[in-house]
Amino acid sequence: MTIRGNDLQPTDIRNPSYFHKVVDCQWACPAHTPVPEYIRLIAHGRYDDAYMINWKSNVFPGILGRTCDRPCEPACRRGRVEDETLSGSRKEPVAICRLKRVAADFKDDLTGRLPKPLPSNGRRIACIGGGPSSLTVARDLAAIGYRVEVFDEGAKLGGMVRTQIPRFRLPEEVIDEECGYAVGAGDVVVHQTRVNSLKDMLGEGFDAIYVGTGAPRGRALDLPGKTEGEKNIHTGIEWLANVSFGHFTTIGKRVIVLGGGNTAMDCCRTARRLGGEKVTVVVRSGFEEMKASPWEKDDAIAEDIPILNFLAPKSFVVEGGKLVGMMFEPVKAVYDDKGRRDLVPTGESDRFIEGDDVLVAVGQENAFPWIERDIGLEFDRWGLPKLDATTFQSSLPTVFFGGDAAFGPKNIIWAVAHGHDAAISIHKHCEGESLSERPAPGVTVISQKMGIHEWSYDNNVAIDPRTKVPHLAKEAALKNIRAEVELGFDVALAVKEAQRCLNCDVQTVFEGPKCIECDACLDICPMDCITFTPNGEEAELRTRLSAPATNFEQSLYVSPALKTGRIMVKDEDVCLHCGLCAERCPTGAWDMHKYFLEMTHAGCRS
Amino acid sequence: MTYIAKPKLHHPALTHNAAGFTRRDYEGTISTLCAGCGHDSISAAIIHACFELNIEPHRVAKLSGIGCSSKSPTYFLGNSHGFNTVHGRMPSVLTGANLANRELIYLGVSGDGDSASIGLGQFAHVMRRGVNMVYVVMNNGVYGLTKGQFSATADRGSKSKKGAVNQDSAIDLASLAILMGATFVARSFSGDKTQLVPLIKAAISHQGAAILDVISPCVAFNNHAGSTKSYDYIREHNEAMNRLDFITGQEPITADYAPGTVTDVLQHDGTTLRLRKLAEDYDPSDKAGALAHIQERAAAGEVATGLLYLDPLPRDLHEGLNTVAAPLNSLPDEALVPGRAALVKINAGLR
Ligand SMILES: Cc1cc2nc3c(=O)[nH]c(=O)nc-3n(C[C@H](O)[C@H](O)[C@H](O)COP(=O)(O)OP(=O)(O)OC[C@H]3O[C@@H](n4cnc5c(N)ncnc54)[C@H](O)[C@@H]3O)c2cc1C
Ligand SMILES: Cc1ncc(C[n+]2csc(CCOP(=O)(O)OP(=O)(O)O)c2C)c(N)n1
Ligand code: SF4
Ligand code: SF4
Ligand code: SF4
Ligand SMILES: [Mg+2]
Repeated sequence: MTIRGNDLQPTDIRNPSYFHKVVDCQWACPAHTPVPEYIRLIAHGRYDDAYMINWKSNVFPGILGRTCDRPCEPACRRGRVEDETLSGSRKEPVAICRLKRVAADFKDDLTGRLPKPLPSNGRRIACIGGGPSSLTVARDLAAIGYRVEVFDEGAKLGGMVRTQIPRFRLPEEVIDEECGYAVGAGDVVVHQTRVNSLKDMLGEGFDAIYVGTGAPRGRALDLPGKTEGEKNIHTGIEWLANVSFGHFTTIGKRVIVLGGGNTAMDCCRTARRLGGEKVTVVVRSGFEEMKASPWEKDDAIAEDIPILNFLAPKSFVVEGGKLVGMMFEPVKAVYDDKGRRDLVPTGESDRFIEGDDVLVAVGQENAFPWIERDIGLEFDRWGLPKLDATTFQSSLPTVFFGGDAAFGPKNIIWAVAHGHDAAISIHKHCEGESLSERPAPGVTVISQKMGIHEWSYDNNVAIDPRTKVPHLAKEAALKNIRAEVELGFDVALAVKEAQRCLNCDVQTVFEGPKCIECDACLDICPMDCITFTPNGEEAELRTRLSAPATNFEQSLYVSPALKTGRIMVKDEDVCLHCGLCAERCPTGAWDMHKYFLEMTHAGCRS
Repeated sequence: MTYIAKPKLHHPALTHNAAGFTRRDYEGTISTLCAGCGHDSISAAIIHACFELNIEPHRVAKLSGIGCSSKSPTYFLGNSHGFNTVHGRMPSVLTGANLANRELIYLGVSGDGDSASIGLGQFAHVMRRGVNMVYVVMNNGVYGLTKGQFSATADRGSKSKKGAVNQDSAIDLASLAILMGATFVARSFSGDKTQLVPLIKAAISHQGAAILDVISPCVAFNNHAGSTKSYDYIREHNEAMNRLDFITGQEPITADYAPGTVTDVLQHDGTTLRLRKLAEDYDPSDKAGALAHIQERAAAGEVATGLLYLDPLPRDLHEGLNTVAAPLNSLPDEALVPGRAALVKINAGLR
């Protein structure tokens, strides 16, 4: 049968992004960490291997396993396929992030596992800033023979991971260890200095300069009473750094934290540990729209911190020269016909909240006071450098940006992803290659068939609800600012949680010519993924499948016409990767292939 | 043989029917038949039909004989009653069960060996008695369970997997059933659920002896070139006489059909069978004509499928016997064991 105009074209599974996209977690991870592979390794007790897979992709497994913003988890397929009545709980993703920590916690000595650097290639690179993005560039380039010089004003490496993220979420040793591995990757020199002029740096003869200086400035809030109350009004990120360095060890009993992001959550929980008894978070927007991750809000609430929403700060109230609290105006959200939100006063009377100290955590900004504006480096109207979005090259060909310094504050995993990409660009730049041609990911395909009904992966689908990470008791946690609250999974919990992963990288691969259209796969599929039907236009076809395919984000796997002229259509959306289609197929038209996909980093051939 | 249980997880859009069940609730345990067996497809079609008919699983009794086909009731309707009888004896056990409790839906599941060889006599009698049931023959032309010997439905001249040629002429169970007095006779193919599911639904709603002869390729022993029951052969030679839409309640004919091509048949239980004619001169209410037509098609090397014969006003076994309407298990002891006085009276009546 010939394909008509609007008919679906057969899927080209040789395109690496086709099956990559099916692995929802890996696709969503900015660094494209091969998640299911490391989860299986954890289930088999192979923590070193699990760690190394992570280390290659995301550089900071122990740090990220505690602090990552985990964009992979909302994407995880498990969150779409669970059945609340079976698990007795809401639909939840695999605890991908906390399993990463398991790999870091239980690994052995890695000496011998970390790759040896290639011989020197004689090139010198400068990384300005010692945060996760710079360290990623340093690791990737030092490993292939570059000399990398890191400049950071701080005494220790890690950037905001070191200075802003509180120790009760991330112990110092973990930062030391993983920053150590990064700079240990080759010839990396660390200068404990602030860079005050990019112009001077350009004169130092570096082959390329990477700017990973973050978004260091906390946004201030100019309200009446600010000058009078100054002593007790702090900018969140600066205050956190001061606590981290041990400059601040106490705070007032009543603390107001302004802002709904992650910084606000860290501020309020830190305040509770420094003696704040009545700590209140006040947010202009609603609870759901807060920028903080849901788990961070949960953790704050669990430490007796109320979160008050829809209150716009109006003024600092100072009495007798001392801050006593703040006035807030109740607001509500109004949406215009374009769906844009506006916060307008409700008309209710203003509300006073008592406070001895106020922590302002209403946002972060970029600042590049040390970059001269006459050296040819262009900035946009928001004060951010003009960059190529994939190569991270600035208007000065030898200068690259990444991490929070590139497009404004994001998070660690994005900083790492930027670092990898910038390192590729820097290497190509030094080699005189085109920067726009990016290396394809490395893909290994292995059939999982061991016997007629035996697979080299565990295809049984667990129905257990998500495993909770044990926490330190609240009393003990609040007493010691360095005591880590999350205790991490033990081996038994880790294995239990690992079983929840559906092995989305073990792909259903269909070979049309082998199919006899017996319907066995279609009948067995627990998720009604498979349909044999006449071809058609996608939107219409999606309505007449075994089950309607309403999630347009997810692909349809389409075969060429079969013997009867029909096509096989598989909706990838909710496939459990259970392999039953392949088990019930009499001809081997379906097989389960593991697609191991790893991003190609600087200097590696794909 | 699959070792893991089918995952309980299901598509998020899985719906409940009017009886409160999902389609998954009509499944049984995972099949132990060979992968690709037509029987599994028929099981799936039965699951679809029962779901769509809003049948409460506990109202169904599945009875079968011996064979791969007769094993299959384990793989559907896991919450229904089940009875695996001895080889070829399903019809008499089903008849007995039906006599004791006519409120259940009886699903007889058998194979071509079970029905056309050892059970041929039972097959004939259950049809002529008009037992209210759906009799499904999963017809693969071989004794699958005992490794592929020709069965009595194998066509003369067809080849076994090893190359032996069948010398005996075939029994056509559909024609035989028409001759024997079955009131609903259909033939279908396991690989065509769009034809099969409505036929099963119609057969279930038919209040008399309904038989479905379903050609069901045996992937292990009868799916090779030279077989006349293989996927390829049936796809090439399948001649559908009509297409059936099963309609509950009174729905007007909405689709645009050429005049004379659609016949609506109202059944006892208020459901309608809407037949779309595919073969010009086929009339399923004409018994003799139907028999002749099936023969003609067979002579032309074609397999006639669809609703082959229908008597919309069947007579059920109970009518003739004048048996009590209530299931025996619902009657009080006094009614079931009326005592010596009643026996004396009966005996007196026979003198
Ligand atoms: C309170 C808080 C909590 C956070 N929690 C999380 C979290 O849980 N998870 C998460 O993923 N992200 C979190 N983030 C965000 C995360 O820390 C940053 O996105 C990430 O550190 C950015 O990395 P980077 O390498 O771009 O820059 P940074 O980590 O900001 O590092 C930049 C470094 O450059 C140095 N520097 C700046 N200018 C110069 C100069 N001129 N010369 C020399 N050195 C210079 C700085 O001192 C700093 O050490 C948090 C941020 C804050 C503020
Ligand atoms: C009394 C008796 N005789 C013979 C057998 C051996 N036997 C088991 S299954 C079978 C034939 C089954 O053929 P069919 O009904 O077509 O089922 P299929 O396996 O092909 O589905 C035979 C002869 C038996 N089990 N019992
Ligand atoms: S189930 Fe496993 S492989 Fe699939 S998206 Fe979730 S973590 Fe990734
Ligand atoms: S692996 Fe096959 S049988 Fe299992 S859910 Fe996916 S398509 Fe269905
Ligand atoms: S089980 Fe195999 S042969 Fe049968 S329809 Fe599915 S893919 Fe085709
Ligand atoms: Mg048979």
